[in-house]
Amino acid sequence: MDLLQIKKLVKHYPSVNAVNGIDITLKKGICFGLLGPNGAGKTTTVEILEGINQATSGEILYKGKPLGDQFRKEAGIMFQSTALQDYITVRETLEMFAKFYPQHVDLDVLIKRCNLTEYLEQDNRQLSGGQRQRLLLAIALVNDPDIIFLDEPTTGLDPQARRNFWDLINDIKSEGKTVILTTHYMDEAYTLCDEIAIMDHGKIIAQGTPKELLEKHFNDVVLQLPKTEIKDADLSSFSIHKTEKYIEITTRDVNQTILELMKKNISLSQLQIRSRTLDDLFLELTGKELRA
Amino acid sequence: MNNTVMSFKRFLALLSTRNKEFLRDRSSLSWNILMPVLIVAGFSFAFTGEIGTQYKVAVINKALATSQSQEFLNLKYIDFYSVDEQGNETAKKIQRAISKVQRHQVDLLLDAEKQQYWINTESPSGYLVEKILLTGGNNSFEKQTVTGKQIRYIDWVIPGILSMNMMFSALFGVGFVIVRYRKNGMLKRLKATPITAFEYLSAQVASRILLILVVTAFVFYGTNFFVDFVMNGSHLNLFLVFALGALSMISLGLIIAARITSEETAGGLLNLFSWPMMFFSGVWFSLEGATPVMQNIAEIFPLTHVTASARAIMIDGASLFDISYHLIVLLGQSIVFLLFGAWYFKWD
Repeated sequence: MDLLQIKKLVKHYPSVNAVNGIDITLKKGICFGLLGPNGAGKTTTVEILEGINQATSGEILYKGKPLGDQFRKEAGIMFQSTALQDYITVRETLEMFAKFYPQHVDLDVLIKRCNLTEYLEQDNRQLSGGQRQRLLLAIALVNDPDIIFLDEPTTGLDPQARRNFWDLINDIKSEGKTVILTTHYMDEAYTLCDEIAIMDHGKIIAQGTPKELLEKHFNDVVLQLPKTEIKDADLSSFSIHKTEKYIEITTRDVNQTILELMKKNISLSQLQIRSRTLDDLFLELTGKELRA
Repeated sequence: MNNTVMSFKRFLALLSTRNKEFLRDRSSLSWNILMPVLIVAGFSFAFTGEIGTQYKVAVINKALATSQSQEFLNLKYIDFYSVDEQGNETAKKIQRAISKVQRHQVDLLLDAEKQQYWINTESPSGYLVEKILLTGGNNSFEKQTVTGKQIRYIDWVIPGILSMNMMFSALFGVGFVIVRYRKNGMLKRLKATPITAFEYLSAQVASRILLILVVTAFVFYGTNFFVDFVMNGSHLNLFLVFALGALSMISLGLIIAARITSEETAGGLLNLFSWPMMFFSGVWFSLEGATPVMQNIAEIFPLTHVTASARAIMIDGASLFDISYHLIVLLGQSIVFLLFGAWYFKWD
């Protein structure tokens, strides 16, 4: 069943066309990742889907109907930068949001699930980054939503907090809920998303499962060597990409490339071989670094 | 996308949270209570003892003054002010002026045409002005006497200070908070819930009215304990006036905060509204001696009507009927401001 259908969505601002006619269809129970460089139009798109922003034209259907009260009651939203009320505790914040909806989940269960038990009586102002994100997720889940929007939920979190957050999202997915995720972290998108769409200049330039997209766009691997090992060797016969510390050589024939490198007397003691990632795909399609 | 139905459950959730937020913000709460007490204490200290080196005489029928009256009116260093320009009916006009003599606010009242005058037998200034009037053997003036306790400046100014404190709390307490929430994204988060703009704004208004009334009551009784000011009217009527005044000024704050996203702009605009009101609404000095233009401008300000109503209740013991004009203006302003503010409001 199609949970959300987006048809020919357009959003024009006086000075910029933020969204240029995109079409997306989301099935129930999937995690959909919307990726793109800054200014690609993904936040505008998501805000229109959330009902926060108005589209210039196009159609959005939720469970076959235009967005309305039903959507508002069944959607959970976690913005990237939401302030919480000062002088109010975690428990009071959750209780307030719970009262906004006709039905809500058992708050004790929600608190335990989002690991908020220890901070319940703490003022919102005193929460750490990770605790705050877990509270914002709990708020997004308070109405037991069918569809959940997560806008860069792990930005600014340390690696451990990110992993904990991924566990929470996987837990939500396991309940059959539909998740729409925007993120700058490709490993996050690869780990969590069943389907991704890459946006640039207000258009979707690639869409599919992460595996499908990588297979479609790449049939090579990357050989990575420290710049210090290359010295003055001539690499003009290879397809290379330079990073700050490494030279990356892309090739379909690893053995042949290694032989050629040996002929050039390049040390392979620190050679690393890796498969193509979503980072590579993103760079290939948009020409931009992901975290730019 | 918004629901059209007002949900009492959602309204109460917002109201309760906003109240907690205010009550736990100790610095803001203390300032709301302390500021008016400090102002009153300052005035009480500054105006202790006799003040007023100039005599004040109210004049009826100034344009029709007899030659004897005119001779008195030509004297220097006496502040003559005409009560003819008020546009009231004659009987009411005279009665109001007599009330001022009773309260020692005017040293002498003179009917320049009929050569009648009123003085307060308990007023030393009235006694001296009478002597000046009768100097030169002009004994054809007819004397009327009244009695009454002196109304000190502090008694007169307290209704204005209470109203002014309410105004600042209403304008800044609601306007500033809404702009801050809009700026930091809190309103955007609320927009993504089933909350309607009407529910949100109603909760803000109700919360602030409640808090203003509690704080005003605290300041009223606290100040009275130290200053022992005059309160001749009904406490319930005064409570109703402050409730209506708070509603009117909070609604004005809603309009100012309806779309602004910058706290600096909001602060500037709130000051632009509050400072003229503070000076030209009769809080610190009576508007009776002011020019008709200034009096007309003052009529626009809600603070003028709250101050006048509170003063009438506290000093004159006025009933709600007596101040019905002010109440109708305040109610009308509240309705207009609220409807416009709700219509103009934007979440982000």
